[in-house]
Amino acid sequence: MVQANDTLLEVQGLKKYFPIQQGFLRKTVGYIKAVDDVNLTIKKGETLGVVGESGCGKTTMGRCLIRLYEPTDGKILLHVENQTISVTELNRQEMHLFRRNAQIIFQDPYSSLNPRMNLLETIGEPLLVNGIARGRDLEERVKEVVTQVGLRVEHLRRFPHSFSGGQRQRIGIARALVVHPKLIVADEPVSALDVSIQAQILNLLEDLQAKFNLTYIFISHNMAVVRYISDRIAVMYAGKLVELGTKHELLSHPKHPYTELLLAAVPRTVDRLRGQRTVTPGEPPDLGNLPKGCVFHPRCKYARDICKVEEPKLRALRPDCHVSCHFAEELDLQGIDTPARVSVPMAGVR
Amino acid sequence: MANSQDVLVEVQDLQVHFHLHEGVVRAVDDVSFTIHQGQTLGVIGESGSGKSVSAQSIMGIVPSPPAKQIGGKIFMHLSDNGTGYRVVNLSELPPKGNEFRAIRGKEIGMIFQEPMTSFSPVHTIGDQIMEAILLHIPNVSKKEARERTIEILRRVGIPKAERRVDNYSHQFSGGMRQRAMIAMALSCNPKLLIADEPTTALDVTIEAQILELLKDLQQEFNMAIMYISHDLAVVGGVADEVMVMYLGLVMEHASAEEVFENPLHPYTQALWRSIPKIDGDLSRLKPISGTLPSPFAVHKGCPFFSRCDDRIVGVCDMARPPLVEVKPGHKVRCYLYTEQGKG
Repeated sequence: MVQANDTLLEVQGLKKYFPIQQGFLRKTVGYIKAVDDVNLTIKKGETLGVVGESGCGKTTMGRCLIRLYEPTDGKILLHVENQTISVTELNRQEMHLFRRNAQIIFQDPYSSLNPRMNLLETIGEPLLVNGIARGRDLEERVKEVVTQVGLRVEHLRRFPHSFSGGQRQRIGIARALVVHPKLIVADEPVSALDVSIQAQILNLLEDLQAKFNLTYIFISHNMAVVRYISDRIAVMYAGKLVELGTKHELLSHPKHPYTELLLAAVPRTVDRLRGQRTVTPGEPPDLGNLPKGCVFHPRCKYARDICKVEEPKLRALRPDCHVSCHFAEELDLQGIDTPARVSVPMAGVR
Repeated sequence: MANSQDVLVEVQDLQVHFHLHEGVVRAVDDVSFTIHQGQTLGVIGESGSGKSVSAQSIMGIVPSPPAKQIGGKIFMHLSDNGTGYRVVNLSELPPKGNEFRAIRGKEIGMIFQEPMTSFSPVHTIGDQIMEAILLHIPNVSKKEARERTIEILRRVGIPKAERRVDNYSHQFSGGMRQRAMIAMALSCNPKLLIADEPTTALDVTIEAQILELLKDLQQEFNMAIMYISHDLAVVGGVADEVMVMYLGLVMEHASAEEVFENPLHPYTQALWRSIPKIDGDLSRLKPISGTLPSPFAVHKGCPFFSRCDDRIVGVCDMARPPLVEVKPGHKVRCYLYTEQGKG
């Protein structure tokens, strides 16, 4: 891949295999290929939505990208301030270089906060462990970020139990934001929240992105949420990236049959189509025992003989449309009308 | 649908309070509704709205203590050997008595959100479904019960049912477990199926499969479904009537078309505006301001008052608005549609 100036993160051949161990000696008998050979680039200031069914590897990929999981293989390059950090090669001491730039927001605001740490300690910890600030300085920075996410400075000494789900998610966002990162991996940040609170958090994420020129990797199983917040969308299936494209193109004119299937299963809401959805039989495969050829072929209604033997590689149909399907050019797939984004992703530079 | 106007369950002025150390939670504060035979009632609400407790009250499985039914009646219309109807007040039956046990599982089936935790891990799926059949259907032999179990597992779309019947729940995927759960709930041909967020833990593709299955089975068995969910789009696809709940109260109750195309209550409208839609426009979401009030709070007026855009100070916060029928079949609990609000 050619490195353009607006590239923030480059992922090359990322793999994460979990061993399947059996017996008394825990002998490795096989591997769960949770993430298998993922290549992608993430541009500065964009939101990349990652969608797929549970078990498709989207969370594992997100965690590998910020090295919460050690990738089995592959390279991750972060381009910041005219230098390139090879994330997978950093040792423990050097990791703080990366942690200042990349942070994560977790799904469950109840289990991702330490109940014995108050707001100041929770949000201030990333500053402390990465050697960015201490003491008075730290408190100032925490106060600043607490206000930015819509919490109150008076509550700095309170503990997580005294906050609601939506407020806790704001704490999680503040903790990620406090080091002034470039990249935030948001792993299902609104899935555990009540419907009436989700919009508040989504709007907050958008505002913060505009204000600090943040780049998001937004992982979600909810197509409607991803459609709302993303600039580009990556679709994963059984550990593989099957389609990657701009939101408008991917949703309006999907190129991979799995993307079509996924979109068709979401209940429609506009009057004439209200409640309509298309039912397709089948389930995702067992990751320890993947089908031969294209991993999607057992569920694909367009599958032909070649799909059962030859695995399609992710290839570029157009510069901004990557798909792994043998018949991407000839298939005419159904999507959902989605207007192209009017403003450019870089509009929110400070 | 034939007999669509026939009443199956009638809930009147139901009130269920939870007495906890911290105070009293009015989980269900004033809920009345009717479920018609063969129809689907969708119940929409956020956490703490009382939607699950309402359903559990019909089923007689509200944990008591701490819960206590303060008031209200739940009538169920049961057919008497095909000769006629008898009406039972479920709320008067002791929940652990024989009479209620003959209804629970037989006349009313229930499926839960968590297909992972709803099965016993140490009994086979088949044994658990057979248990219901052996308990509720007179003079059925073990062999017949097993055959019936295989038959129903096949009907809910479990491949190789004759082998899967001897599997344990951990050998099933999430979607398959929910199918087995449906099989168990339907094993005695209930008249009412209570589905409490049955697809929330499932992927959208599997959810579509499960809902399609429920629709087919509903037609086949002519059963009523009480479908509880927080997902408006999903409810829009399955329900004939929709009831919107907030903090233990019914805020709006109307046909599904009405609720989605012409919502009247400010809460319903705000909820609909605040969620991203798969085919809606992409303009900025309009969130509902504020947060859910504490469950211990006592509201003199409308519980949605503090978050409502259309609130009338001096009216809405003074007394609880009544649930009024604004037009035939469309009920709303809001002063905007009463004389006080218009004045």
